[in-house]
Amino acid sequence: MAETQSLRAWLLTDTPTSRRHAKLSALYQGWLTFRSNTMAMIGLGILVLLVLVAAAAPLLSPHDPFVQNLGNRLAPLGSEGHLLGTDSLGRDILSRLIYGARITLYIVALVALIAPVAGLLVGTVSGYAGGWIDIVLMRITDIFLAFPRLVLALAFVAALGAGIENAVLAISLTAWPPYARIARAETLTIRSSDYIAAIRLQGAGALRIITRHIWPLCISSLIVRVTLDMAGIILAAAGLGFLGLGAQPPSPEWGAMISEGRRFILDHWWVATMPGLAIFTVSLAFNLLGDGLRDVLDPKAGE
Amino acid sequence: MNAINRLLTSAAVGFALSVSTVTAFAETPANMLVIAHRIDDVTTIDPAESFEFAGSDISRNVYSRLVNLDPMDLGAGYKPDLAESWEVSEDGKTITFTMRDGVTFHSGNPVTAEDAAFSLQRAVILNKTPAFILTQFGFTPENATETIKADGNKLMITTDKKYATSFVLNCLTATIGAVVDKATVMANEVDGDMGNTWLKTNSAGSGPYKLDSWKPNESVTLSSNPDYYGGAPAMERVIVRHVLESASQRLLLERGDIDIARNLNPEDIAGASGADGVTIADELKGRLMYLALNQKHPELSKPEVRQAFKYLIDYEGMRDSFLKGQYTIHQNFLPATYLGASDENPFSYNIEKAKELLAAAGIENLEVEIGVREAQERIEIGQSFQNAAAQAGIKVNITVGTAKQILARYRARELDVYLGAWGPDYPDPQTNAGTFAYNPDNSDAANATGLLAWRNSWDTGGLTEKVDAAVTEGDRDARVQMYLDIQAEFRETSPFVVMFQQIEQSALRDNVTNWSTGQAVTSAAYWQVTK
Amino acid sequence: MSLPPWLKTTALTLGSIAVTMLGLLFITFIIGRVMPIDPVLAIVGERAAQSTYDAVYLELGLDKPLIVQFGYYIWDVIRLDFGTSLLNARPVSEDIARVFPATLELATLGITIGIVLGVPLGVLAAVRKGSWIDQIARVVALVGYSMPIFWLGLMGLLIFYGILGWVGGPGRVGIFYVDVVPSVTGLILVDAILDRNWDVFKDAFSHIILPAALLGYYSLAYISRMTRSFMLEQLSAEYVTTARVKGMSEWDVIWKHAFKNIRVQLITVIALSYANLLEGSVLTEIIFSWPGIGSYITTALLSADMNAVLGGTVVVGLIFILLNIFSDLLYKVFDPRAR
Repeated sequence: MAETQSLRAWLLTDTPTSRRHAKLSALYQGWLTFRSNTMAMIGLGILVLLVLVAAAAPLLSPHDPFVQNLGNRLAPLGSEGHLLGTDSLGRDILSRLIYGARITLYIVALVALIAPVAGLLVGTVSGYAGGWIDIVLMRITDIFLAFPRLVLALAFVAALGAGIENAVLAISLTAWPPYARIARAETLTIRSSDYIAAIRLQGAGALRIITRHIWPLCISSLIVRVTLDMAGIILAAAGLGFLGLGAQPPSPEWGAMISEGRRFILDHWWVATMPGLAIFTVSLAFNLLGDGLRDVLDPKAGE
Repeated sequence: MNAINRLLTSAAVGFALSVSTVTAFAETPANMLVIAHRIDDVTTIDPAESFEFAGSDISRNVYSRLVNLDPMDLGAGYKPDLAESWEVSEDGKTITFTMRDGVTFHSGNPVTAEDAAFSLQRAVILNKTPAFILTQFGFTPENATETIKADGNKLMITTDKKYATSFVLNCLTATIGAVVDKATVMANEVDGDMGNTWLKTNSAGSGPYKLDSWKPNESVTLSSNPDYYGGAPAMERVIVRHVLESASQRLLLERGDIDIARNLNPEDIAGASGADGVTIADELKGRLMYLALNQKHPELSKPEVRQAFKYLIDYEGMRDSFLKGQYTIHQNFLPATYLGASDENPFSYNIEKAKELLAAAGIENLEVEIGVREAQERIEIGQSFQNAAAQAGIKVNITVGTAKQILARYRARELDVYLGAWGPDYPDPQTNAGTFAYNPDNSDAANATGLLAWRNSWDTGGLTEKVDAAVTEGDRDARVQMYLDIQAEFRETSPFVVMFQQIEQSALRDNVTNWSTGQAVTSAAYWQVTK
Repeated sequence: MSLPPWLKTTALTLGSIAVTMLGLLFITFIIGRVMPIDPVLAIVGERAAQSTYDAVYLELGLDKPLIVQFGYYIWDVIRLDFGTSLLNARPVSEDIARVFPATLELATLGITIGIVLGVPLGVLAAVRKGSWIDQIARVVALVGYSMPIFWLGLMGLLIFYGILGWVGGPGRVGIFYVDVVPSVTGLILVDAILDRNWDVFKDAFSHIILPAALLGYYSLAYISRMTRSFMLEQLSAEYVTTARVKGMSEWDVIWKHAFKNIRVQLITVIALSYANLLEGSVLTEIIFSWPGIGSYITTALLSADMNAVLGGTVVVGLIFILLNIFSDLLYKVFDPRAR
């Protein structure tokens, strides 16, 4: 207890003793701000839960997600042994949802890694360098941005073959240009600011300015955008699944489950609604989290 | 032309509106038939080229043929239409038709034997997809003007050998037998295309309806032909509206905004049948659902394995669940109601039996890929099969794709297993016998991509000759027996697992009578419909 | 030698449009050719004999080298000929003239709803940061953003059309109103006004309102969040504090200063949103049987109708590019920092 107290005191000090101390201190203060944001904490809680559920799927799910029972199909909510009912082939929806969490996490994580990083790289370089580099990079961005997104994703998957990995690549391919544009716009405004000029006068190189001074300032808007995009990314994956180009049956991917269940929407609404709710909950969690993170990370909107 | 049409339409509609002003429950006007249907498969409405379901519906109502099927009595087979009567020569090779007098095209031109000859010659010369229905009688672009001839009000067609007359006439009831208005079509010829480009989006027929407009993926609008020789139809306008979702079609029907919904899934049929003022009409269609095993595959070509797959289908389970009401179990390549159709369905769902057969063939750790089109019912059939196969120790990987993707691989003999559907092209047993059980040259070089047996690299084990014999047999009863024999052998030896035959369920407002989608033999007809 | 600056800028802009379009077309063209969907098969269908297949293959020029095919295509496009749709045998330009207005009408109404409700909501949320209004705005936006659209759409149809009968069903107008007013702009609402046909207007409006509200809700979610975020940034700036200290009214601080400064960013966001809607929301179009460009391109792509895909891509791409140039210009004109 006393140790924690002292650790806390150490982290909250006004007079850091080293660079590392200062950084950790800032991080901790950020965490405190974040923790005071109830909604963001709820979001974080849901996502942590999701990770746990995905990890413990075999322990948690009441049935094998692939076992069919045509005699007990489209069982309603709360049926015996099937809390969330069964789907068109009599498979337990709850178990499929639990296993589906793994696929969702996988897709989300990959896209969230690939697209914004690519966008940030292109956008900041383009914005900072200017001149012909800017022109070329922005033309490429424009070409991709001008593509109807679904066409690009569809075409890409159609060309490479159906499957989760290709779907992730296709979605990333369509998702990076907006990040690049945002990053470039931010860079343009930051670039001409006085303090960047001051840093430049001190002899800092372009690489240093971009990585140390421009990226941190861009990241906040990107995070807002990425989290807001998460729902879209999950639904885009579902859209590909719907067209037979994403996860292949009998994979319990949530989007594919929705498209399987949409036929029954009028009479057996839960079949599509349950995975819909799952997607809804997870995207909501991402949105809440993003909002909270924004308050912490955005140095401009802060104090 | 267009402007005038529009003016007339608005006048008609204006009138319709003032009569049936706003009511709480919408209702379509008494002289108008409104149908919700998926029409995204229509790619052309030239009868020499059109080959998809919704396109055939248009042709059936816009074009008359030499002989035709009566929607009120489909079981009777072909009846005179533009041809009043016909005679067969002694050698059985030439049929002479006598044309009906006083019939006119929508353009006002009289329908002559010359028009009929031109229509058939044109189909042969253009050699579009459905041309094989005619060219199988030995007509070629070179000899078309010799073998198909008009003389006064007589039309003579001469086949390369003697065929059952019913076979020839059955083929003429297909879309490709439509008689087009030669003068109008040739007036619109571009670069020697015999009017093909123009007819793709326009019509020149003499049928009970005229085509007002076809907007791809939106709607087809027909108006009645008051001068139709069989009497003007009761429904003065027919609008077929493209509605993709079953749920949307059902809502439109229950609200009374449409008269007929043609693509409701089993769950929506169950729901709609409980609604006020809605009835369900069932019609047995010709479409078969089957699994095909590629005989190039070293394991799948073993007789025991072929047999084992026939026990790995949960026929009853599927029929009673997600296919409920829309498919019936059928294990033969001739659809029920066809001449020579068999109702023997010897295979049942039996994992143990399948395991025994697989063990006898020495199969272990078999892993196969099955190509499935992205239609939901097919994906479910695929998954049900996958589940059963897993219990027998076979790992099945499903590849879902659009029709065109999967089909290209199937035609290239690349898929291990294909989950397919097949609909007959004309109401004669040869239509299916000639593709499932007929493959004169099984080599890759033959490239007979039109034949299902070839696509699966199956040499048919002697059935090819029997099919050849059956199609020229003149005696009806003997012919029936020949088809029964072929099917009995086919069931046991073929690499095809025929599973189901389709039942089309239309949901109708209960004031609609005489609706017909054409059963197994033809497409939908509107002219006999009343409200 | 020295051109006037405006001429130079215009020339540069036009040049960049041309380059982007060329790149766009080239990539689409390549994709179309490497896709494992056979355009010939798409035309001739499953039953065709090999001779029919071969004839169509040659007719489409598929035997020529790729670059030659692309050259022919570009040459046609320059002469404003987008070719014929392989699958419905009519000029692609005619198809697009039919489907694009449907999307334009829906997207415009949708984005209008999004702006009218989203911007004030965002501003209010920023001004009253942390209050219950902020929380509600947040929940409204986040729920909107997280909801699967097709589910909301079908439920909306079921409730407002199926049960309550308040709105029109799927499609742009009821069956009896099809082709009643002459098509001048292709936008049925506008055509009805031009024709002074209020019955058609009412019917068309009852059909469009539900899908438009749905799309509006989605853009509202995005627009209000971004507005709030931009506003917060401004409100914490020093000049705002200064203005407040000087005794300026809160209204003036918010609208005359803070809001004025976010206009450019906001317009960029709206332009992006609008462009997304104009691309055609495929799921919404399918559920509401809305014959728009999104489902047109998708259908064409899945059936390998490359002329239609390319034509649609040109139109959608051009709109994107124009909207982007527009927001770029705004940056240059209004934002002194970016000069």
